[in-house]
Amino acid sequence: MSVAMRMHGLILKEIKQITRDPSAILIAFLMPVVLLIVNGFGINFDANHMRVAVVIAAPEERVRGMIQALKASPYLDPVAMADTHTAEAAVISGDVRGMLVVRDDFTERLARSGRWPAPAELAVNATDPNTARILEGYVSGALGTWLAGEAGERRLTPAGGIDLQHRYWFNPELRSADAIVPGIIAMVMTMTGTLLTALIVAREWERGTMESMLASPAGMAELTFAKLGCYFVLGMGSMAMSVLMAIGLFGLPFRGSIAALMAASALFLVFALGLGLFISTLARNQFVAAQVAFIATMLPAMMLSGMLFDIASMPRWLQIVTYAVPARYLVSILQTLFLAGDVWAVVLPNLLGLAAAATLAVGATLLVTRRRLD
Amino acid sequence: MLRRILALLAKELAGLWKDRKTRFVILIPPLVQVVLFAYAATYDVKDVALGIWNEDAGAQGAELVRRFAGSPAFQAAAAPQSPAQAATAIDAKQVAAVLHVGQNFSADVLAGRHAQVQLLIDARRSNTALMVQGYATAIVAAYAADISPNHLVPVAVLTRDWFNPNLESQWFILPGLVSVLSMMMAMLVSALSLARERELGTFEQLLVTPLRPVEILVGKALPGMIVGWIDANIVIAAALLWFRVPFLGDMALLQGMLTVYMLAGVAIGLVISSIARTQQQAMLGVFVIASPMVVLSGYAAPVENMPAIVAFIGQADPIRWMLIITRGLFLQDLPTSLVLANAWPLVVIGSVAFGVAWLAVRRAVS
Repeated sequence: MSVAMRMHGLILKEIKQITRDPSAILIAFLMPVVLLIVNGFGINFDANHMRVAVVIAAPEERVRGMIQALKASPYLDPVAMADTHTAEAAVISGDVRGMLVVRDDFTERLARSGRWPAPAELAVNATDPNTARILEGYVSGALGTWLAGEAGERRLTPAGGIDLQHRYWFNPELRSADAIVPGIIAMVMTMTGTLLTALIVAREWERGTMESMLASPAGMAELTFAKLGCYFVLGMGSMAMSVLMAIGLFGLPFRGSIAALMAASALFLVFALGLGLFISTLARNQFVAAQVAFIATMLPAMMLSGMLFDIASMPRWLQIVTYAVPARYLVSILQTLFLAGDVWAVVLPNLLGLAAAATLAVGATLLVTRRRLD
Repeated sequence: MLRRILALLAKELAGLWKDRKTRFVILIPPLVQVVLFAYAATYDVKDVALGIWNEDAGAQGAELVRRFAGSPAFQAAAAPQSPAQAATAIDAKQVAAVLHVGQNFSADVLAGRHAQVQLLIDARRSNTALMVQGYATAIVAAYAADISPNHLVPVAVLTRDWFNPNLESQWFILPGLVSVLSMMMAMLVSALSLARERELGTFEQLLVTPLRPVEILVGKALPGMIVGWIDANIVIAAALLWFRVPFLGDMALLQGMLTVYMLAGVAIGLVISSIARTQQQAMLGVFVIASPMVVLSGYAAPVENMPAIVAFIGQADPIRWMLIITRGLFLQDLPTSLVLANAWPLVVIGSVAFGVAWLAVRRAVS
C-alpha cells in the first residue's frame, strides 16, 4: 500500500470519527463562541458609572459646580449623602466605590489664595486596587475640569502651569475590548487546539483503539499527520470564526493582512494540536489529560501571555518564563494586526517564536509516542 | 444510613487517591496557580519603556525629563529625534510611550505662560495606557506645583486607600483565588464522579446496592467538597504565610462560608454530571461553565463594567457572592450581617442545583 493510499484511508477515518462524535465539533465551534461572547463582554476595564458618595458640609453655589462636574463625567455616578457616617457605611458594604468629603471651610479657603490648597478628602475602597486607582484618576480629572472652568471666570489658578496633552495611538478611545479581544482569541485558540487533540486522543488511548491503529501498516508519522491535518482544518475554521466575531460583534478594526493572520494562526494551531497530542499520549487518561491541558494552556494563556497583565511589569524571572508560553507571541501578533497593521518588526520575531514552539510540540509528540510503544 | 454513606465516601476517595496521576492533578494545580496568579496578576505598571524626545535646551525641560526617567513607573529606553522615529519606536513596541518636550518649553515656563508637553501612548493595551497616563499626569502636576510661585495649587485631593493602603495587587488576587480555585476543583471532581460510573457501566451496580438516591448523591458530593476545601485552605495558607496578605475577619466564619459555597459548587458539578453520558462530556461541560463563571464573578474585571444583562445573569454565579465574602473577610473585617447577606444566594443556588441533580438520579433509578 502506498503512503498516499494509507493517508487517504486515515483521513477518511478521522473525518468519519469527527462527524460521528459531536465532541470535536462542539469544541471547535461552540466553545469559541461561548468563550468569546462571555469573555468579550465580561472582561471590561472601561469603568463607567462608578458610584461615589459625595458629602458636602456647606453646600454653596460654587461647590454645586463641582458636583455638576462630577456628574458630567461619564465614568462617575455621584451620590449625595448626608454625613460621613452614612458614606463610610456605604463604602464598607461596597455600595459605593469611594467617598468624597468637602468640609465646611472649603469654599472659604478656596477664595483666599493665602489659605490654599483647599482640601477635598477622597477615601476609596481599595480592596480592588486597580479600580481604586482608576477611580482616583477620574475624580481628580473631574475636579481639574471644574477648576479649569472656574479659573477662567475667577482667575483661580496661578499664572503659568503645565498642560500634559496625551494621545492614545491605535486605540484613541481606549476601548478595553479593542485591547482584550485579540487576547481572548489567543486564549480560545489555545484551549480549542489543545483540547481537540488532548481529550479525543486520550479517549482513544483509554479505549485501546490507539494501539490497534498503531498495529496497522500506517507509520507513527502518518498517523500523527492525519490526525493533526483533520483537526487543523477544524481549528482554522474556528479561528476564522473568532476573527469574524471580533470584527462583527465587538467592532474591532482589522488593519493587518490576511496572509500574516493565516501564517500566525497556522503555526499556533500546529503548536496547540501538537501539545494536545503530547499530553494525551503521556496521560492516556481523560481526566488527567483534561486537567493537564487546562493547567498547561488556559491558565498561562490568560495570565502570562500579556493578554490581561503587562509582561513588562512582572518580576524578571517570570518574564523569562513567558517566553515559553507561545500564546505570548500570538497575543502580540494579534494585537498588532488588529489595531496597528503589518508591523514586521513585531510580527516577524513573534512568528519565529511560534515556529519554534510548533516544531518542538510536534517533535516531542513523535518522540514520546515511539518510546511509549516499546 | 450514615454507615452506607461513609462506605461510598471511602470508595470515592480511594478512587481519587489510588491513581498517582489523579492525585497529582488534584494537589499540584492549586500550587501552580497560586504562584502564577500571585506574581503575574498585577494591573499596575512599573518600569514602562519610555521614549524621550526632548527638543528643549533649557533647564526646566531637562528637569521634567529627569523626573520622568527617575520615576519608578518609567524607564528611559529610547531617544527619538523626529515624529517618524517616535512612531517607529511605538509601532515596534520598543517603547510604550513617548514624551515630547517642545522647543519652547523652558521659555514658556520662565515667562509664566502655559507650557505644554505631549505624551504619545501605545494603547494596544488599554489598561496599561490608562495607568501610564495617570502616572505621567501626576509627575507633571507635581512639577507644576513645585515651580508655581508659592508652591500652591487651589485644591488638593487628599486620598486615602482604605483596606489596601499600598494598592497591592496580591491582596486583591489571592483572596479571590481562594473562591475561584476551590469552586473549579469541587465542580470538576463531582462532575466526573457520576459520569465515570455511567461510562464504565458501574452506575447500574451502584443502583442495585441498598443505597438510596439521596445517599448516592451525598456520597458523590462529599469528595468534591473535601477536595475543594483542601485546595481553598492551601491558597489561604499561602496567602497568609508566604504572601503576607492580612486577614482581619473571622476565620471560623470563612470556613463556615466555604462549606456552604462548596455545597453550591458540588451541586452544580452533579447537575453537569447527571446530564453528561461520558467523562468527556462532563469535562467539556465543566470547561464551558467554569470560564464564564470566573469571568462573570468579577474576578478579573469589576461587575459594574459589564452590560446590565450580563451582570444580571451573573447573579446566578456562586463565585460572585463568595468573592465579596472572601475579599471582605481578608481585607476589611466585613461585618457578619453583610457576610450573611451575601451568603443566602449561595444557599439558594446550591438548593436549586441539588434539587435538579436529585431529580436526575431519581429518574435513573426508576
